[in-house]
Amino acid sequence: MVFKLNNQLLSRMAIGDGHGENSSYFDGWKAYDSDPYHHQNNPDGVIQMGLAENQLCFDKVEEWLKKNPAASICTPEGVAGFKDVAIFQDYHGLPQFRNAVAKFMGKVRGDRVSFDPDRIVMAGGATGAHETVAFCLADPGEALLVPTPYYPGFDRDLRWRTGVQLVPIECDSANNFKLRMEDLEAAYEMAKLNNIRVKGLLLTNPSNPLGTILDGDTLRNIAAFTNENNIHLICDEIYSATVFGKPDYVSIAEIVDEDRKSGRNGLNLDLIHIVYSLSKDMGFPGLRVGIVYSYNDVVMNCARKMSSFGLVSAQTQHMIGSMLSDQEFVEEFLGANRARLAERHGAFTGGLGRVGIRCLRSSNAGLFVWMDLRRLLKEQSVEAETALWRVIINEVKLNVSPGSSFHCSEPGWFRVCFANMDDETMEVALGRIRAFVAKHKEAMKPARKLCAQSSLKLSFSGRIYDEFIMSPRSPIPQSPLVRART
Amino acid sequence: MTESPSSEPEPPSPKPRAAAAGNGMRLVVPLQGVVQGRGGLILGSLIPCALFYFFQLYLKRHRSPKRPPASSSNPPSPSASSPNLGDLARTSSRSNLLGRGSIGPVRLSSRGMAIAKPNDSPYYVGLEKVAGDPFHRVDNPDGIIQLGLSENTLCFDLIERWMKENLMDSLMGGDGAELSINGMATYQPFDGLMELKVAMADFMSRVMGKGVSFDPSQMVLMAGATPAIEILTFCMADHGNAFLIPTPYYPGFDRDIKFRTGVELIPVHCRSADNFMLTVTALDQAYNQARKRGLKVRGILISNPSNPVGNILSRETLNELLDFAQEKNIHIISDEIFAGSLYGTTEEFVSMAEIIEAEEFDKGRVHIIYGLSKDLSLPGFRVGVVYSYNENILAAAKRLARFSSISAPTQRLLISMLSDTKFIEEYIETNRRRIRRMYELFVGGLDQLGIQCAKSSGGLYCWANMSVLIALYSEKGELELWDKLLNVGKVNVTPGSACHCIEPGWFRCCFTALAEEDVPLVMERIGKVAEMCKSGQ
Repeated sequence: MVFKLNNQLLSRMAIGDGHGENSSYFDGWKAYDSDPYHHQNNPDGVIQMGLAENQLCFDKVEEWLKKNPAASICTPEGVAGFKDVAIFQDYHGLPQFRNAVAKFMGKVRGDRVSFDPDRIVMAGGATGAHETVAFCLADPGEALLVPTPYYPGFDRDLRWRTGVQLVPIECDSANNFKLRMEDLEAAYEMAKLNNIRVKGLLLTNPSNPLGTILDGDTLRNIAAFTNENNIHLICDEIYSATVFGKPDYVSIAEIVDEDRKSGRNGLNLDLIHIVYSLSKDMGFPGLRVGIVYSYNDVVMNCARKMSSFGLVSAQTQHMIGSMLSDQEFVEEFLGANRARLAERHGAFTGGLGRVGIRCLRSSNAGLFVWMDLRRLLKEQSVEAETALWRVIINEVKLNVSPGSSFHCSEPGWFRVCFANMDDETMEVALGRIRAFVAKHKEAMKPARKLCAQSSLKLSFSGRIYDEFIMSPRSPIPQSPLVRART
Repeated sequence: MTESPSSEPEPPSPKPRAAAAGNGMRLVVPLQGVVQGRGGLILGSLIPCALFYFFQLYLKRHRSPKRPPASSSNPPSPSASSPNLGDLARTSSRSNLLGRGSIGPVRLSSRGMAIAKPNDSPYYVGLEKVAGDPFHRVDNPDGIIQLGLSENTLCFDLIERWMKENLMDSLMGGDGAELSINGMATYQPFDGLMELKVAMADFMSRVMGKGVSFDPSQMVLMAGATPAIEILTFCMADHGNAFLIPTPYYPGFDRDIKFRTGVELIPVHCRSADNFMLTVTALDQAYNQARKRGLKVRGILISNPSNPVGNILSRETLNELLDFAQEKNIHIISDEIFAGSLYGTTEEFVSMAEIIEAEEFDKGRVHIIYGLSKDLSLPGFRVGVVYSYNENILAAAKRLARFSSISAPTQRLLISMLSDTKFIEEYIETNRRRIRRMYELFVGGLDQLGIQCAKSSGGLYCWANMSVLIALYSEKGELELWDKLLNVGKVNVTPGSACHCIEPGWFRCCFTALAEEDVPLVMERIGKVAEMCKSGQ
């Protein structure tokens, strides 16, 4: 039996909604959870396209694991090493794990730059990594600048327990949502005018939800700006291995390296930090491998101590350590990952293009497309976007993520994930979109009426709701659903 | 804010001294004059300006500038038990180059700076030293023997055998769909798989005595007891609030609870006269003192079996605690992580869960922390449990669990292992037997050296009274002995002061990571130090 007690016994954090799950955007998730698509069992169900998971290369991983049973330690072959692993709770992490992750990160960047294994600090997934960095760099009330549109989870991960604020820098479609220096500078100045103490800038590169990367010059300029103003630069490079086409990816690590090698030493490395994880690049969100890589020794030490709250299971460390030490496997995996993502992206955007739906053209990375449905909006407003979104969920039966949940300043954009399904499902999804567009072209008004009438109160038992609140797919904070995970 | 010019103003200088009060007066009065339009304009504006300038100058000089990263070697964490941890010392980090355009020192958060400071508690220092020179019977017989980490390696053979016999199909599972990578690597519920909760609930009731059952839906799983206690703290206390905690207590709580939550720990001192058992009188006293200091107490944190003493709390004490909590309208957190590591034969462990099942009680204020690090010897796998009767706390903890989720393959493995109830029963029983054996050997050995231990029934350690060996009956004397034991005797134990014990001379010695044949060596080394102390060295 569980008792309700007076609120006096709860902290403000427990009572408040910093977790962001009270948002009305839950509806998309509810729709999916109560009616999930399945080839045979439920072909008319809702297809999950709001989840940025990478399932395209599982076969490669499975194959490797079958060939290397000792890696997972908990097998008859691996049991010899069990004792040392089971007892290992040192927050420095298994050296083999750190070495392997450092090498992997270097490989992802084409070996153009190398990472120091001693700087690899663990965290409870990228979720934990972001929170840890925020705890280290900013005090309650201080702020981080973040270009929009951005991953809705940041509202929770960076702010909830830390008390840190996020100040958005609005980017718009006129220049492909690319962050402009003038906007960055203006946002910074405006924050200062409002007495908001900005401690840093958070970039997600490759971007979620845009799927674009920043070119070297822009990155250099941004780094110069943060350097000049003595604020931190946090680069979330969680999608770095999902870059499947030109132009080539440039990591902040390369900018740092370049600065050092040239002898200029113009950058204060104490201001630069990278957040990483294996959740997207390798498709391993369940393993909870988050990484904080900071060039600042004090931050590194602090983050390492905080990693006690989110250490990676030693069993997982061992497995990843073995897997990523296998250079041959890594190269093959990265190659296959890129190729399959490119193919899937091409097929999907091609399919969309054929019915006149455009996606952000410059996108060459990520597990999703940034779809432009502005022309389908009754009017350029968030309400219209929301209305359209409800239609997409209820009629087209696709769970996509509306741009407003990413704090996008322009209504009409949607993030649609394509890497968490097989080819067949993707075809079904495209088919539904085609049908919808065809219908929509003839009937604009009815669509509106439908929206007004559609009641989003889907019936579901309390248990499903709980299940769903607990599920990682739960939408995020204030922002609408959207993949709670990026 | 004082208004009348005749009252003593607060001197603006950073170092208030008696004389300053007078200066202050002379400062304020002219200011008052200026404000009120009377004379004293020059004095009224010049003096404050001058003082302000000097104040800024003082601050500037005394503000610690961002120094180049200080440590050249980072101390390892509290459990440096892996042989791989050889070389943690690294070369001095690259110098702090402030490139052109950089303004001033790099600012981190104040809590970040506080946390980053090297920890000088003997608890951590000792662990670091062992990491640098760990004892190994063959490879390093003169190394430091680790008695400062409560780890249990006595029953790994059982687990290893289980794995050989049961995990034929490897992690992937022959045709077991659940074990496919798809089921493992994808996102799972952040608060743990339901199957694991069911398995854990079963394990907990086996461990804690069949008199109590646990409901999986009241459980939130997370990556270790460390995040479990922090998350629970975030749910029930605000920044600046406090928990009461009986001393001596596990040094890690200072980190787990205080680091990021900003919650304070108020010690409730227990004494050897009571065998370090908690009394309500002491609790009451501590509570009132906290109130006087303006601190809001949100809960009591107890560990049962206790760490570092190894006491089991009696039913009476547990009931008294509940009454106290009820009266003050606060929470009780019972950390029962050592519940399965019992060696006593006279007392029976009673979980808080059992007490409140029996009584008509306001259960919403009771929470239990558990984990597999001690009872199943799997600290590396990171498995912790928050068990609560309060649905609001549960809901909040579930959401916070996303920052510290258990790795999916580990969950799968444990579901398998914990479901093998025959194995688990055998394990629990054998574990207790072996701990008891080590306890008898170890405490017996100490006894022969003239060192008595507190009466205890559980845990992976004993609480030894070495006050006879210290010259100066004080914390200083205790630390000197600790130092001798560490550096001369080459034995790392945890001094009571690191555990906030109010009586000097007590040391926690963990004995479950030793082999039986190592015990005589340990006693020999301690004996040597004892001799040194007795002969006045």
